[in-house]
Amino acid sequence: MRFVRKTKYQQDINLIQHSGHVLWYGLLLLAVFSAPLWLDRFLLGEFTYVFIYAIAGLGLMVLVGYTGLVSLGHAAFLAIGAYVHAYLLNQGLPFPVTMLIASLFSAFVGAMIAIPALRMTGIYLAVATLAFAVIVEQVLVHWSSVTGGFRGMAVPRAELGGVDFSSPVVFYFLSLTLLLGSMILVMNLLRSPAGRAMTAVRDSETSAESMGIHIARTKTLAFALSAGFTGLAGALFAHRLTYLAPDAFTIITSIQLLLMVVVGGLGSLHGVIYGAIFIGLLPQGIAILRDTVPPAIAQIPGLEPAIFGLILILFLIYEPLGIYGRWRKVRLFFEEFPLYRKATHKRQKSFLRTERLQ
Amino acid sequence: MEVLQLLISGISQGCVYGLIALGFVLIYKATEMVNFAQGDIMMLGAYVAITFIALWDWPFYWAVPATILVMAAFGVVVERLLLRPMIGEPHFAVLMLTIGLGFVLRALAGAIWGNEPRALPMPYVGDVLRFGEVVIGYENLAIIIGTASLCLLMWVFFRFTRVGIAMQAASQNQLAAFYVGIPVKRMFSLVWALSAGIAGVAGILTAPVSLVDPLIGFVGIKAFAAAIVGGFGSMPGAIIGGLLIGVTEQFAGLYLPPGFSDMSAYLLLLVMLVIRPQGLFATMQKKKV
Repeated sequence: MRFVRKTKYQQDINLIQHSGHVLWYGLLLLAVFSAPLWLDRFLLGEFTYVFIYAIAGLGLMVLVGYTGLVSLGHAAFLAIGAYVHAYLLNQGLPFPVTMLIASLFSAFVGAMIAIPALRMTGIYLAVATLAFAVIVEQVLVHWSSVTGGFRGMAVPRAELGGVDFSSPVVFYFLSLTLLLGSMILVMNLLRSPAGRAMTAVRDSETSAESMGIHIARTKTLAFALSAGFTGLAGALFAHRLTYLAPDAFTIITSIQLLLMVVVGGLGSLHGVIYGAIFIGLLPQGIAILRDTVPPAIAQIPGLEPAIFGLILILFLIYEPLGIYGRWRKVRLFFEEFPLYRKATHKRQKSFLRTERLQ
Repeated sequence: MEVLQLLISGISQGCVYGLIALGFVLIYKATEMVNFAQGDIMMLGAYVAITFIALWDWPFYWAVPATILVMAAFGVVVERLLLRPMIGEPHFAVLMLTIGLGFVLRALAGAIWGNEPRALPMPYVGDVLRFGEVVIGYENLAIIIGTASLCLLMWVFFRFTRVGIAMQAASQNQLAAFYVGIPVKRMFSLVWALSAGIAGVAGILTAPVSLVDPLIGFVGIKAFAAAIVGGFGSMPGAIIGGLLIGVTEQFAGLYLPPGFSDMSAYLLLLVMLVIRPQGLFATMQKKKV
């Protein structure tokens, strides 16, 4: 077990806590940056997909994991990002600009949504965001002069200065860089006053308010940031899909995004990455599974969502802290080896109505 | 006349929403859990009825109670297996869990009964009742009458029976109810049975109107909107919310541009949440620190 001796207050909020972090995260960075050299093209594409999911997951984590506002409609922001990006590219704007505008526009819509959402919490908010997502989906279908309706619209290739950003390797690096940038942004946000305010709002709105935190501003900021990141992911996602149609952004997508942060581990940035890897690579895993099990089982329609659902149920019952929570338990077990007590991680339950209503 | 006709089909559709919403509200009131799979349980109920009536040729006056019993038993199983470990966990976790359950049920139904739409042959399907120019199908009439009588039954149950009052107590304060000797956990199983039974009734009533396939459970989302419009946790609110949404949808379909019919339930929900977040019949309370 490592004991970090702290001699300055600054050390508490340092991004890099000790030399172990430098070593392990350095190795990880080396691995992901050298991946195009030793990974085959198919897996590289899959990892790009994971990175895009991770950016969307970062956005959702800021909202759900750190501010405690559950959104069942994040596919809408993904859709807004993707459509705005593709539309502006089709209008001939250069591609980094379109990406920026897509992200900002999505953030703007997020802030607009926050205005009615400020008055709700819990399931009310979840359902309101769901309603918003359904409305966005309908708009995509029926506003065909811009979105192409059911037929959808093609996403042009992203080119800048002669470099084709849509080619697998360049797109991999683009996604990776954007993910790392977003990661650092969120990490810095979380140790800033605004981020601390979000966590306070999550833990108790009433207490946060009585300590002088502006609830409305904090929630609006959380919504806008969350939507902004998800919109950015949407812009990248548009290139991955190459052809946009409304059925790529349904309630199932929203639930998949939420599943990602829950399975990864709510309230941790590690959880986002674990969740993204899980969600991004699970379809491949299921495809491999399909080849090995008898065809009678493999042919079941809707097998994939069912497996998603089953995994979600098992996680919520047995490991509500997600993959990251499980990893922390395993690590603690080895760190404290003969002295580990199960009760350390006992879940707190609340049975009184007053404790539960939000 | 057209308005009256629309009103009637809106009411009949709204009754279905209301029935599913009633299932949501029952579970929410008694256990403070939100069951997002209610629509899928209704879908299962419709399939069970189809199995009994269309596949096994049971007479329908046997098949209907049998369906309700099977669904009630299913509700108990779900509660014991999945929801019992979640007592005391946050709302959000239970919401996610039931969403997962919905996915599983849809795949299960697809695997057992196939994905092609099926019809439920009820003896009354096809006949119509005429009042001047207004035409009411018997299947729509059955929905309206079925919903009304079920509401009356629920009201009597919660108002006058010992078990019903015990359920109300458990819903108001789990700990206090436990202290005065109410078997709270058994109440939870019972309320799940009740709610799944109602979903079964909703399934039987809707199946003749629309064909049944594994995706009809998505109606549950609109019913959820209905429950919130009515004020989550209020039983008359659920029915009235359902009616409101059903009628709005019919009129939006005729008088507004395409797309609004599908959206109207959600627009109504958003408007309601902005104007009066606690719903028509408020039951929610503020949280203490």
